[in-house]
Amino acid sequence: MNDKPVFAPSCPLPATVEGRVELAHGGGGRAMARLIESLILPAFDNPALRRRHDGAAIDTGGPCAFSTDSYVVRPLFFPGGDIGSLAVNGTVNDLAMCGARPLWLSAGFILEEGLPLADLARVVASMAQAAASTGVAIVTGDLKVVERGKADGMYINTSGVGRLMPGADLHPRAVQPGDAIILSGDIGRHGIAVMAARESLGFESLPESDCAPMADAALALLEAGIRVRCLRDPTRGGVASALVEIAEASGRSLAIDERAVPVLPEISAACELLGFDPLHVANEGRFLAFVAAADAERAVEVLRAHEVSKDAVRIGSVGPGRDGRVTMRTAIGGNRIVDMLSGEQLPRIC
Amino acid sequence: MCLAVPGRVLAISEGPLLQRTAKVDFAGIRKEVSLACLPEAKPGDYVLVHVGIAISVIDESEARRVFDYLDGLEAEEDAPSQGEPGQA
Amino acid sequence: MKFRDEFRDPDAARRYAEAIGRAARRPWTLMEVCGGQTHAIVRFGIDQLLPENVSLVHGPGCPVCVTPVEYIDKAIEIAGRQDVVFCSFGDMLRVPGSEGSLLAARAGGADLRIVQSPLDALRIAKEEPGREVVFFAVGFETTAPANALAIHRAKTEGIGNFSALVSHVLVPPAMRAILSAPGNRIQAFLAAGHVCAIMGSEVYEPLARQFRVPIVVTGFEPLDILQGILMCVSQLEAGEARVENQYTRVVRSAGNLSAQDLIREVFQVVPRKWRGIGEIAESGFGLREAYLGFDAERRFGPVGRGAERPGPCISGLVLQGAKKPFECPAFGKACTPEHPLGVTMVSGEGACAAYYRYRNEAAGKSAAE
Repeated sequence: MNDKPVFAPSCPLPATVEGRVELAHGGGGRAMARLIESLILPAFDNPALRRRHDGAAIDTGGPCAFSTDSYVVRPLFFPGGDIGSLAVNGTVNDLAMCGARPLWLSAGFILEEGLPLADLARVVASMAQAAASTGVAIVTGDLKVVERGKADGMYINTSGVGRLMPGADLHPRAVQPGDAIILSGDIGRHGIAVMAARESLGFESLPESDCAPMADAALALLEAGIRVRCLRDPTRGGVASALVEIAEASGRSLAIDERAVPVLPEISAACELLGFDPLHVANEGRFLAFVAAADAERAVEVLRAHEVSKDAVRIGSVGPGRDGRVTMRTAIGGNRIVDMLSGEQLPRIC
Repeated sequence: MCLAVPGRVLAISEGPLLQRTAKVDFAGIRKEVSLACLPEAKPGDYVLVHVGIAISVIDESEARRVFDYLDGLEAEEDAPSQGEPGQA
Repeated sequence: MKFRDEFRDPDAARRYAEAIGRAARRPWTLMEVCGGQTHAIVRFGIDQLLPENVSLVHGPGCPVCVTPVEYIDKAIEIAGRQDVVFCSFGDMLRVPGSEGSLLAARAGGADLRIVQSPLDALRIAKEEPGREVVFFAVGFETTAPANALAIHRAKTEGIGNFSALVSHVLVPPAMRAILSAPGNRIQAFLAAGHVCAIMGSEVYEPLARQFRVPIVVTGFEPLDILQGILMCVSQLEAGEARVENQYTRVVRSAGNLSAQDLIREVFQVVPRKWRGIGEIAESGFGLREAYLGFDAERRFGPVGRGAERPGPCISGLVLQGAKKPFECPAFGKACTPEHPLGVTMVSGEGACAAYYRYRNEAAGKSAAE
């Protein structure tokens, strides 16, 4: 059975949504049922959900990938996205990084008592739109309510299942000396966007997050027969953390060139003002691809044909060494190690 | 110490000296910056900003000297040394 | 970004490095005073471009690193009070006090806000009249004008719920202390460019004369640092000991007079203790009598005496440039950014943190292979 949703052009949600989340909405009784029926199910509508059962029966038709992530972003709404689009795109992208076509998501909501229902409706609409635009169905879910003062308004968990592309076996250990390291676009937008929206940084116009689904672009590499060893999306911790994780997991030495890593001028300026290194700033619409050296040029071409990766560029290579480290040729021709930070990057003035 | 970032003054909000501010552009990011320590700043100037206050106007011609100095050194290096007999 | 990107030109950097190589006939040891310069050197790998015979020692120019532990403890104590909103630059949050840090205090429920400017703290005080807003006024002379402005405006605008915990330190006395220390190896200084933007360069003339060391006021971008090094080496080779200004696009020899006026209005010179070094006479700023009403120590009790706990941490020696981070037995083993023993590993500006992150010499491997 085809579980993909039909994109319904008319919005089934009530024109104005008033009121706030109450503890009763999480109680499993009438209030909860009404909330789900009126605000959530119409937005995510698909055959599985119409069955109104506790779980969704799905037919994977073959090997699949399974991923989960929880979303606790503050503020809930920021330029370029919100917790809803983040929750859908984030798990879609994790599945794509496994080499799988994302198909089904679950959505678990933890709502704070007092959250305006209009905010919930807005988030749900955003999730529905993100899911429809990327061809996934939200087929099951859960809703809980916690007391005022917890959950920062809302937390969302999404788990996802996708069908693995034939022959896809992507993981850090597949990475080999000589492989090319490709980055799908400029870095640092999401972390800066969220920070600027959350803190009073005094930025007059707020930069936008790069939150976007990347499955089509990532899977296009596999469809084109590119020998892809590993894909990774540099979310929290930025490109630096993603590279270090792969270097450590593979035991390989990675080398990148600072001058090849694209950063938008306004993101670079924002990082300067905060004392941030763009390599450590989160991205939600970018990925790293490790591909066989001979396929590097073609891989960049394939990626550039997709909007989300139109600025894809090679940033480095896997070296012959086995020290599990990442080194970078700096902008002035020196060398340094790229490492993960021990905690979150804090703004500095020194 | 002292992370300071260069930006261009777009407009100045007049007022008592210690409350004067400027809208400064940092490669596309715009912020209000205090001019309490830089009364001489004008729109169009580049200023150096540290913790929200402008501490210096950046002199463009002096900035070029970092590169002129380098050219000068290399010119000296290439020029034949004085006092060597038989040199043209 | 104008006035930044062009000073990171790799070609010009290479040419400066070659010029230094040509100029340096004998071995020389230079110190860059400012943590921001240390950060740039390690982040860009500037020292790797230098000839073998020119070595850089990292100075104590990290106000975060030198804030005495008793001030951190006081900050944590004040932040823990129910009626207080504690505002601080992000740099201070991970610095270890006697027990824990400000970040740990936040986890424990303290209302701690990271601010980009003391003026933000002042704004919070206006927006939340029912709370006591305390600002951790740390820094060198560069940050003093902004801190002075906030405190002055609190007084003139009657923002009574604002106060500052002041722990300002001054650079020239620290340089004097380093030069006076027995066994000092430093032969020339790259002086802190932004400190000089405020205070000018004239204050270094007596130091250069008395100790016969070249002092070159230097900026923070790679080309600035390379040019500053070249100017030091040229003087050293010629047997000169003058104050020179590399950072002429920003620094005027008299400094910023408006900023100095503001500092003088609110602050006076006082003795200060430097963590890891000890007390240095006339090495800090404290509030003048007229502004003591806004002194957090008046409102919340004075800072304690404090004593450094004995342990393997040699951050004091690192701050003075007497030891390199990898010469510390704890470096990379008991002491890492995840569990720092001392401030030079906690602060992003600290030499130990910089070496660990960018060089990882703990493993005995240099990044320049």
